[in-house]
Amino acid sequence: MSATHDSHENWMPLMEVAAKEVFELMLSCQLTSPDAVDDSPMAVTAMVGLAGQLCGVLSFCCSEKAATLMTSKMLGVDLEKAGPELSDALGEICNMVAGNFKNKIAGLGDGCMLSPPTVITGSDYDMHSLADSPGLEIRLLFEGMPIKVTLQIHS
Amino acid sequence: MDSVRALIVDDSSVMRKIVERCLRQAGIELKQVLEAGNGAEALSVLQDNAVDLILCDINMPVMDGLEFVKQLSGVPNAKGVPVVMITTEGSEAHVVQAISAGARGYIRKPFTAEQVKEHVIPVLAGKS
Repeated sequence: MSATHDSHENWMPLMEVAAKEVFELMLSCQLTSPDAVDDSPMAVTAMVGLAGQLCGVLSFCCSEKAATLMTSKMLGVDLEKAGPELSDALGEICNMVAGNFKNKIAGLGDGCMLSPPTVITGSDYDMHSLADSPGLEIRLLFEGMPIKVTLQIHS
Repeated sequence: MDSVRALIVDDSSVMRKIVERCLRQAGIELKQVLEAGNGAEALSVLQDNAVDLILCDINMPVMDGLEFVKQLSGVPNAKGVPVVMITTEGSEAHVVQAISAGARGYIRKPFTAEQVKEHVIPVLAGKS
């Protein structure tokens, strides 16, 4: 494990705070810490690229059920009306987590730009990153359902 | 406060709906809400519509929010209309860029209805 990765591990609490703030302010709900890792399939993945002083990809994964509930809460609409907006909502959540995270790190607010979000639905895929260090990963619970936020860091 | 004609510019339709809801929750009576997905679309909307308030994202395809604000000076329907930026780009440099371009307020995502109220009411009242 490189020294660089050691220093990046200090960012994990900031990733957690960034995600928790987005859910508290935009969805009026609290994310909690899980007692154990839940590896059940997550069928929705939102990704935002970072470029500049920090290059990488921040991804946000959850189940379709969780994504639908997030969309419903975000828009203040019933669950059955949330479906068509799911990808847009999850992309925005990922975008806000990435932006909130980078704004918490000195120098990155100005020195790091975000790409438009990309959202993948379905869980039968492999992702191959060209990142030169292991990713940082946090796991949280949204209304009892697992979510995962990962930061793959390139040099 | 008189009812307001608002233009909300964001490439996310979800975010446009959230901003409209926050304006209503802030107690701002909306006479008309117009939407655009980027700066170029917003300029087109303003060709045919007068508004009292513009809320605008920065990072958008086709034409970003900063370029849009710069081009507003040439749009008769936008003369004197306050623009409030709403964006994930929360650094001091971005705020300075936005204000230099002509924006009157700046709200960082994520945000609450209360924060929208704090930033928009003074702008509508001409105090900012």
